[in-house]
Amino acid sequence: MIDSITNILLVGVGGQGILLASEILAEAFMIAGFDVKKSEIHGMSQRGGSVVSHVRFGKKVFSPVVPEGEGDILFGFELLETCRYLNLLRSGAKVVANDFRIQPPSVLLGQERYPDNLQGAIASRFPDFQLVDGLKIATELGNPRVANTVLLGAVSKYLQLDDSIWQKALQKMVPAKALEVNLKAFVSGRSL
Amino acid sequence: MKEILSGNEAIARGAFEAGVKVASAYPGTPSTEILENIATYSSINSSWAPNEKVALEVAIGASFGGARAIACMKHVGVNVAADPLFTLSYTGVGGGLVLIVADDPEMHSSQDEQDSRNYAKFAKIPMLEPADSQECKDFTRLAFELSEKFDTPVMIRSCTRISHGKSIVALAEPVSGLPEPKLVKNPPKLVMLPGNARVRHPLVEQRVIDLSEYGDNWDINRIENRSAELGIICTGVTYQYVREALPEASTLKLGMVYPLPKNMIRMFAASVKKLLVVEELDPFIEEQILAMGIAVTGKEIIPICGELSPGRIIKSFATAGIIPSPPVSSVAEEKLVQRPPNMCPGCPHRGVFYLLNRANAYVTGDIGCYTLGFMPPLNAMDTCVCMGASISTASGIVRALPPEEQRRVVAVIGDSTFLHTGVNSLMEMAYNQAPATVIILDNRITAMTGRQENPASGFTLSGMKAPEVNLPNLCRALGIKHVRVLDPYDLDATKKILAEEMSRPEPSVIITNRPCCLIKDDTRFTKAAILEVERNACTGCKACLRIGCPAIEWQPDQEGTKGKAFIDPLLCTGCTVCQQLCKFTAIRQVR
Repeated sequence: MIDSITNILLVGVGGQGILLASEILAEAFMIAGFDVKKSEIHGMSQRGGSVVSHVRFGKKVFSPVVPEGEGDILFGFELLETCRYLNLLRSGAKVVANDFRIQPPSVLLGQERYPDNLQGAIASRFPDFQLVDGLKIATELGNPRVANTVLLGAVSKYLQLDDSIWQKALQKMVPAKALEVNLKAFVSGRSL
Repeated sequence: MKEILSGNEAIARGAFEAGVKVASAYPGTPSTEILENIATYSSINSSWAPNEKVALEVAIGASFGGARAIACMKHVGVNVAADPLFTLSYTGVGGGLVLIVADDPEMHSSQDEQDSRNYAKFAKIPMLEPADSQECKDFTRLAFELSEKFDTPVMIRSCTRISHGKSIVALAEPVSGLPEPKLVKNPPKLVMLPGNARVRHPLVEQRVIDLSEYGDNWDINRIENRSAELGIICTGVTYQYVREALPEASTLKLGMVYPLPKNMIRMFAASVKKLLVVEELDPFIEEQILAMGIAVTGKEIIPICGELSPGRIIKSFATAGIIPSPPVSSVAEEKLVQRPPNMCPGCPHRGVFYLLNRANAYVTGDIGCYTLGFMPPLNAMDTCVCMGASISTASGIVRALPPEEQRRVVAVIGDSTFLHTGVNSLMEMAYNQAPATVIILDNRITAMTGRQENPASGFTLSGMKAPEVNLPNLCRALGIKHVRVLDPYDLDATKKILAEEMSRPEPSVIITNRPCCLIKDDTRFTKAAILEVERNACTGCKACLRIGCPAIEWQPDQEGTKGKAFIDPLLCTGCTVCQQLCKFTAIRQVR
């Protein structure tokens, strides 16, 4: 068992399904026998605001919040939000981000511009960066709603858990009628 | 059996395992999910109360009847429940009674960051503070035993990081063999007239002393000896931060934060070279230790405002020269476009705030989703103090103003907030004939905290049909002569009625009647035909952008000087508010 703690951050926009993804991660680590803690903010921030969820696992986890500058993996559901939380990461951290943009209010109003080339900015600071078109892959699988699961599959490659553990976690957390397509989405993300 | 539970889920599980029979609460972030999860246990009678005072009194009644009872609320809810709480300290309990309070350091979703530990000391009752979900469950069980053993209500203090953090919990079987509830007359204990209360007060003072001594030998408080150089007293989530930030330091982890185990503290202080208290918000423990005559460092180095974190603790200790400075990140903070929360697409409040802005109204606001009416581009809220304050502050402000300014004053309040503490305020306004206008934004649900039912929504916590408060009739019964109900999606009608009622030199109430578009129930909210922008007809005047709907996007042209509006078909609910603002009929229903 790993003695040190692994710190994962899931970031995006309220309503994108970040909570469910972080719960599947936490469940998988518990099944694998690790101590695990997760933390996020509900309430006001969910009305389309910026959301960050912290998931930590290891032999023994104290703080439910990832200490600044110690994030190992950033799992971004939206590009601007991915950039917003890069400072929580250690150097050499891994970034997996959805190739997806949601315009904040000031951009919708035409007062500010959505920044260009965020991918480049991320890649220059974190060479271990993977951009995934979750929506495209999910649509090809026949259900755009499983985009998050595709991304989860891509993140899972960095987490050294057996396929069977991920399957068990998905079985527990995903409604039965949506399980098959979610398992497919997970596998396609994992094989990217 | 192990499960990953949030602190709130674990408190609910603890209530179940403790054999709780009655639970009551008013929703409030970060406490809301406690009662929602308690309601999943069929052995517990669970219900929403209109406010926290009522919730606590429901629990008090059940306790007096001999049942274990629980009330849950956010920190500011205790302000509302403070009246019964202080007297409950004197009466003590029948069945065990536990009050859960969830604080919100950093004000993630609150108007202040008051420290509820002060209430325990103020009301002279014990308070436990769990540090993870396992302790949330275990302490809830223990709190009921403590309540009955010492004949006292017990408070459990959570905070956002504990309530909304998840960790692994080992479940246990519920207790059995609790006495059956029944009526037992005991007026000297339960009728708090001066003569009886004078007898009770000395018992309360003795109870604090007894509890402190009990805490000295209770394993809920524990000394963990590591390095003798540094000893840190901490509680709750702060214990986790300290263990992470200063793994070598010795710790005294307090599970009971009031009253303090004084002998244990003296013993710990004597065992370390330097003693510190690391606590979030107020110097609550620090001041009591200083009063014991023990040298201790606390708020001199630890921030008093906002949440702590391992990083903030390391920085505080390094700045004070207690530990070496950590390496500083060389990457400058990049300024990115902000993403504040926003009212949802189709929100029935949006058009009302747009018109309030245009009418140059001075808006006294209240607590709920509609507080977001403060945000640009609506910019239509001028005050927001606490639950129910919109109406009474409007009633007060008009008394200070000349008549031409009085007309501009409009109070806005949601249905749930109105029933929480707005009814008394409206009663005052009618009684004293304060000439302000009140808008009750009735969206048929308690929306901000995640769509909880309330006495006007027609359903109970468990989803059973319930009598609906008739809001127009209630306002009339309070003495308001001018009560008008309108469709907030109809901008012309809303504008007209708003102008009429604002100019009226008498109290009046406008009630909007569109439901929250997040209600997942087809009988209450359904999407209408969605809208689109006809590109050729759109002149790029930006009139539709003034309502700040997240479904409407400005798409600039190549040069970025001109552009056109675009409606996201996945987000649009077909409310038509933007369509009514378009002078060029460029917004139409999708065919």
